[in-house]
Amino acid sequence: MSPRANPGTVLRDTTHVGSDGEELLLDVRGLSVEYDTPNGSVRAVDKVDLQLRPGEFLGVVGESGCGKSTMLFAIAQLLNPPARIAEGSVTFAGRNLVTMTASELAPVRWRQVSVVMQSAMNALNPVKRIGAQFADAMKAHGVRSRTEIADRSREVMRLVGIDATHLTSYPHQLSGGMRQRAMIAMALLFTPELVIMDEPTSALDVVAQRSLMLQIKELQQQLGFAVVFVTHDMSLVSHFSDRLMVMYAGQAVEVGPTREVFDTPRHPYSIGLLDAFPSIRGPRVPLTGIPGAPPALNAMPPGCRFAPRCPRRFDDCDAAVPPLYRIGTAPQVVEAGAEVEVRCLLHRDGAREPEPTGPVPTAHREETL
Amino acid sequence: MSTATAPSAGDTATPPEGALLAATDLTRTFRVGGWRGRKTLHAVDEATFAIGKGEIVALVGESGSGKSTIARLLAGVYRPSSGDIWFNGRRVSALRSRGEQLAYRAAVPMVFQDPFSSLNPAYRVNHGILRGLKLHRPDIAPADRMDEAIRVVEAVGLRPAAEVLQRYPYELSGGQRQRIGFAQALAYQPQVILADEPVSMLDISIRIGLLNVMARLRDEQGVSLLYITHDIASARYVADRMMVMYAGRVVESGPVEEVLGNPRHPYTQLLVAAVPDPRAALTVTAEQAKGEPPKVIDPEPGCRFADRCPLVRDVCRRVTPPLLELAPGDGAPVLAACHVAAEQAGRGAESAHAA
Repeated sequence: MSPRANPGTVLRDTTHVGSDGEELLLDVRGLSVEYDTPNGSVRAVDKVDLQLRPGEFLGVVGESGCGKSTMLFAIAQLLNPPARIAEGSVTFAGRNLVTMTASELAPVRWRQVSVVMQSAMNALNPVKRIGAQFADAMKAHGVRSRTEIADRSREVMRLVGIDATHLTSYPHQLSGGMRQRAMIAMALLFTPELVIMDEPTSALDVVAQRSLMLQIKELQQQLGFAVVFVTHDMSLVSHFSDRLMVMYAGQAVEVGPTREVFDTPRHPYSIGLLDAFPSIRGPRVPLTGIPGAPPALNAMPPGCRFAPRCPRRFDDCDAAVPPLYRIGTAPQVVEAGAEVEVRCLLHRDGAREPEPTGPVPTAHREETL
Repeated sequence: MSTATAPSAGDTATPPEGALLAATDLTRTFRVGGWRGRKTLHAVDEATFAIGKGEIVALVGESGSGKSTIARLLAGVYRPSSGDIWFNGRRVSALRSRGEQLAYRAAVPMVFQDPFSSLNPAYRVNHGILRGLKLHRPDIAPADRMDEAIRVVEAVGLRPAAEVLQRYPYELSGGQRQRIGFAQALAYQPQVILADEPVSMLDISIRIGLLNVMARLRDEQGVSLLYITHDIASARYVADRMMVMYAGRVVESGPVEEVLGNPRHPYTQLLVAAVPDPRAALTVTAEQAKGEPPKVIDPEPGCRFADRCPLVRDVCRRVTPPLLELAPGDGAPVLAACHVAAEQAGRGAESAHAA
């Protein structure tokens, strides 16, 4: 790996420190995204907090229209009008990306944070060879040497298990799985510290999906980057992510270690999502899925946003949006990132300390420590 | 559920007995390599199968394995290159008059994958259903068509039906649109609905609702369904029998529980191992799940899975394994096209010396 390819090592000294004293690569606080419409603005992402340690794999799951992709775009500073970040901060390696200008962002983009888009079919340019697209990305980020471009392109292709001869292929000459791999190879050109993935496997069939997931995990362990992985297929990330965030109607409704969320889902929405999967083992049981649909952005329920579809709804649910309750054992025993947070009144008694519900200050909270 | 035995290869003159919709040695090739191309791509090769009355048959396999080509052949979108399709004991290719062909299309309608592009956005959803009724149901008086439309929309679980019928597609969610797709098919009084990946574009949380609609159509309306999918878990949830395709060939078929519980073909084993199951531990067998299905251009004899197969032998590269009955199964026999599996079932010699 060339030294140029990994400029992040310098910046890591300034890495953010979380409230638990551990270093954070990505610290998202109170991030809200609004879309401006002729009838006023609607909020697609509502005060999401998200912390990611270096090398961590975070899965984000939820139905379509829950704000998953919008949140990713907001983190990567890729939102276009009418979408805009209404409040909150995205602190990456110690710097708030939200307040940075385009020219300040340019060296961070792709070198430190790269994005793998949902549909490789549309994300790759159909009239340019794969290698030319790799070269474009490298040139745009300051690599001038042709041999270095060629070497690095071959290296990333090898990493994702595609023969380097395909650098001279056009996207249509590759199968769906190979195109998706090529996209991932492109995201790895600069050995970024964070790779954001928006449903990279949803167009693939199970076998290709599985092999791609294994590959991503392998690369992640080998190269040490952190991953934010968005999918609507909860079972897909079950074996691969360290932590899981369940989103509903723009809010995080449950956050915790993946195994914990799968084994003991606490929010009725997480339970519903998990129960929507038929299993290929065990008895065949009738399932119901989750009746209804997520609320429209301009007609959010006043209380818990899941209440209209919730099988365990009670009167208090309509009063106010529940905070994220922290569930777990005594705070001193809780390992960093191991606690579970649930936005559901059913868990208010077992909670340790509710998160504040008011607007989260965008200032760095860790300074108070 | 009717039994669906595959007749032996070459026996194309008679339809499989008791089958509603059947195919014998169904083959479809496409010419590739430019307008003067001499190569042929074998999308579906010698597929023999049958769908009985009131059963859901799942057709599973990777993308590019020929699943959708089978659906299009059955729907009459493509003509077979060779082989026959049988409906109620009659050759579909022998249906000559427009009346007969219309009757077949009404009896075997198709539901498409993408509910966002398969409904005309310029018309209310009643448009497609009423037009179908006008074309395919001369027994219904024009004044009664709306009542029938309401009946089929209610049958797929959309209420209030009269109001739903007045909406435009953009006013409906993906799941609701796909239900309209099934209602449209149902309006023709179908006997077999060909559903090509009907739920793969939908969110997980509403997939189940639609699978339940399919099961209800089978149970209450007596309709058979060919459910094409790559989602094995959903196939198990809803289907009675399962057919597994690989590179244009049917490699295994049988009752769902038999095929998934005791997969005989190595490809089925790979497929089962690749299904993400949050309730199970990560299986090691899936680690070898590398590689891609081959594009079957001008195939040589031999098993098409041989290059990815962990059990490959010499014979696999020389002789194409025939689809043989390897176990009686519950309700329908278990068939697989694999030399190794055939040997384990005591039919190795037949498999290795297939014509």
